[in-house]
Amino acid sequence: MALTKDQIARYSRQLILPEVGVQGQERLLKSSILIIGAGGLGSPAALYLAAGGVGRIGIIDRETVAVSNLHRQILHATADVGRPKGESGRERLHALNPGINVVALQESLTADNALGVLGDYDVIVDGSDNFSTRYLVNDACVLLGKPLVHGGVVHLRGQVMSIRPGRSACFRCVFPEPPAAGAVPSCQEAGVLGAAAGVLGSLMAHEALKLLLEIGEPLVNRLLVFDGETSRFREVPVRRDPGCAVCGAAPTIRTLVREEGFMCESALTSDR
Amino acid sequence: MAVTVRIPTPLQRLTNGQAEVQCTGRTVNELLSDLEKRYPGVKERLCDEQGKLRRFVNIFVNEEDIRFLQGDQTAVKDGDDVSIIPAIAGGGVGLLC
Repeated sequence: MALTKDQIARYSRQLILPEVGVQGQERLLKSSILIIGAGGLGSPAALYLAAGGVGRIGIIDRETVAVSNLHRQILHATADVGRPKGESGRERLHALNPGINVVALQESLTADNALGVLGDYDVIVDGSDNFSTRYLVNDACVLLGKPLVHGGVVHLRGQVMSIRPGRSACFRCVFPEPPAAGAVPSCQEAGVLGAAAGVLGSLMAHEALKLLLEIGEPLVNRLLVFDGETSRFREVPVRRDPGCAVCGAAPTIRTLVREEGFMCESALTSDR
Repeated sequence: MAVTVRIPTPLQRLTNGQAEVQCTGRTVNELLSDLEKRYPGVKERLCDEQGKLRRFVNIFVNEEDIRFLQGDQTAVKDGDDVSIIPAIAGGGVGLLC
């Protein structure tokens, strides 16, 4: 697949990077990424991945756009309020880069469909807003051997980590279990500064591009923590846990089971 | 013996908004008890009813995960740097609030 004149013009500033070049760009155009959640993290991630010419982008989100989403979910516009997020996102990405294929999935990721949905993509970017989906996605990626970029944000703070299943620490190696229902006494909506979500979402896109291009050093076995109050990044080394329930030596998780009833689930779903 | 403990954002309302506090103790477990003494309510958010660290929270001593050291019996000394890092989900809602 040779680049067209339009593509050469569009991607010229990254084509001239030795890390990308024509080969790298062609590789991106042939690649696919699934973005889980078209929210505060998924929005900036999706925009950069589409702009950079990732050939096929899937967006899975069952929600519709709420006006309270707009301060951080920059994939959507005021006129999109009430529309399915996947649809709104697909339109926005298409307007940004008509040369790529964007698929909107307006559904929940479940233990039943996760392997099928994720299996269709090269790299998974998880910007989901709840722990049940997070662990489900991690486990599915491990079972599929699929590279995953994890990112989270709350208040002015966030974390990012890339996962190469079987080769680096997975989310469960670092945080073995999700919070159980009622595990923590009080819970309320925490709030987030939109630009902080932008920092983390952009980093997630950056990591995903590196994974696709196989360049540089991905954030594997390193949890990058962003403290937005001081604007400091800190890195903590993480490692594979031989006792990990999904990627360890004797895994107990061999099929997907959605772990329901997490704390904050009601608070999570109220922010729509 | 003073050890610097970095407090995750959601717990900072229990530490009067401080992102870093000084605590004393010879082990992580003693540090957590001291932390609780100074800032009541912190420990129950980090540990379960049996006093075990919750499995979606990690503590790092000088950037090493205590699960790969001696758990809450991991020794700490003056000047050590201890970070409490909870799992965070995306898009605006966090844990341990």
